Amino acid sequence: MFCEKAVELVRELQRLGDGQLPAFSEDGVRQVLEEMKALYEQNQSDVNEAKTEGRSELIPTIKFRHSCLLRNQRCVAAYLYDRLLRIRALRWEYGSVLPTAVRFHMCAEELEWFNQYKKSLATYMRSLGGEGGLDITQDRKPPKSLFIEVRCLKDYGEFEIDDGTIVLLKKNSQHFLPRWKCEQLIRQGVLEHVIS
Amino acid sequence: METQSYTPVPPGVGMEENFLSLDDILLSQERLPCQTETCFLRLGFVEKSSETPDIAEGTKMELPLWLAKGLYERKRRVLSVELPKVYRDGWRTVFGADPNVVDLHKMGPYYYGLGSQLLHFENPENSEIAQTVLRTFIGRFRRTMDSSQNVLNEDTSVLVERLDCLEKALFRAGQSGLNSFQCWEMGRASHLTASSLVLNYRKRKIAEVQE
Repeated sequence: MFCEKAVELVRELQRLGDGQLPAFSEDGVRQVLEEMKALYEQNQSDVNEAKTEGRSELIPTIKFRHSCLLRNQRCVAAYLYDRLLRIRALRWEYGSVLPTAVRFHMCAEELEWFNQYKKSLATYMRSLGGEGGLDITQDRKPPKSLFIEVRCLKDYGEFEIDDGTIVLLKKNSQHFLPRWKCEQLIRQGVLEHVIS
Repeated sequence: METQSYTPVPPGVGMEENFLSLDDILLSQERLPCQTETCFLRLGFVEKSSETPDIAEGTKMELPLWLAKGLYERKRRVLSVELPKVYRDGWRTVFGADPNVVDLHKMGPYYYGLGSQLLHFENPENSEIAQTVLRTFIGRFRRTMDSSQNVLNEDTSVLVERLDCLEKALFRAGQSGLNSFQCWEMGRASHLTASSLVLNYRKRKIAEVQE
């Protein structure tokens, strides 16, 4: 039966319900496009035959192949679109710099899309709330205090806070730091928010 | 409580499908017993058991829902679609008696989805099918909702294993709400946490390295 590779692409994504991005299946997409090309060419030829020789009994076959073409198109479109949704989520979860492992899973066009999305988001954020703009990727949970206690979960190195002081983030060290500086590192699992 | 950054396209409601929904694409992959009402020339290879170049009229085949929908025509005889067992009179009576008894995961797993899609093929039993699907949902919903709201930090696999996909999604939504509420009640709503997405990537990386 046609369209099995296309559905496999969709299944691969659906299995990762938490939003993880698997490697881009260049091979898979290529196979689907090849199948589409073959179906299209067969239909072209049958349509010509039906028209020139009046063979209307070919029409069910043409419809069959056409349904398969539409199905392949749908699966590939959904595959690409869902991947973009996952890539978009990466900007909000990881920040604007993605780890190399994740970048390897993206094709060139997806990386380009990510860069464009980052720019759009940055432009939008700058346009908010007066002069400095507003970073809406921060304060995703209601803040209770300006400063928070954090524990370092892994060695990160030197970290500069707004007033110029440098903090050394070594594994297991604890610090009392401004919330807005720590938020992203907490989300990335480098720091842990300690509440007494 | 994590707000979801990844928001996939949800499945369509009722007889509608969402074009880009992964769930709807997989739903429409479900097979239906069909019979061809016309000849399909040059497609004999699709029907594996035959060795003819064409699919003859009157051939019984299992076709995926998307293909059945694509080929079906109201006014012409192209394809006829039979009802899968679960939607026939016998099973409908069972659902009528006690909808909670049935293992919808085994009988489905897309019982509601497929049931709604079947209404596209004008079957004389359509109104009965629609009624049964609706009543089954109403009959089972209460239990699904109750259990999703009353199980905290426990293994839910027994509760979930007999649910169809729609019910599972509802159960998960209920659990998510319950967990958020608990989190808020314990004063942890402002507790910053690592992104579950980031943690999952790391778990996967470790697993890959160990392989």
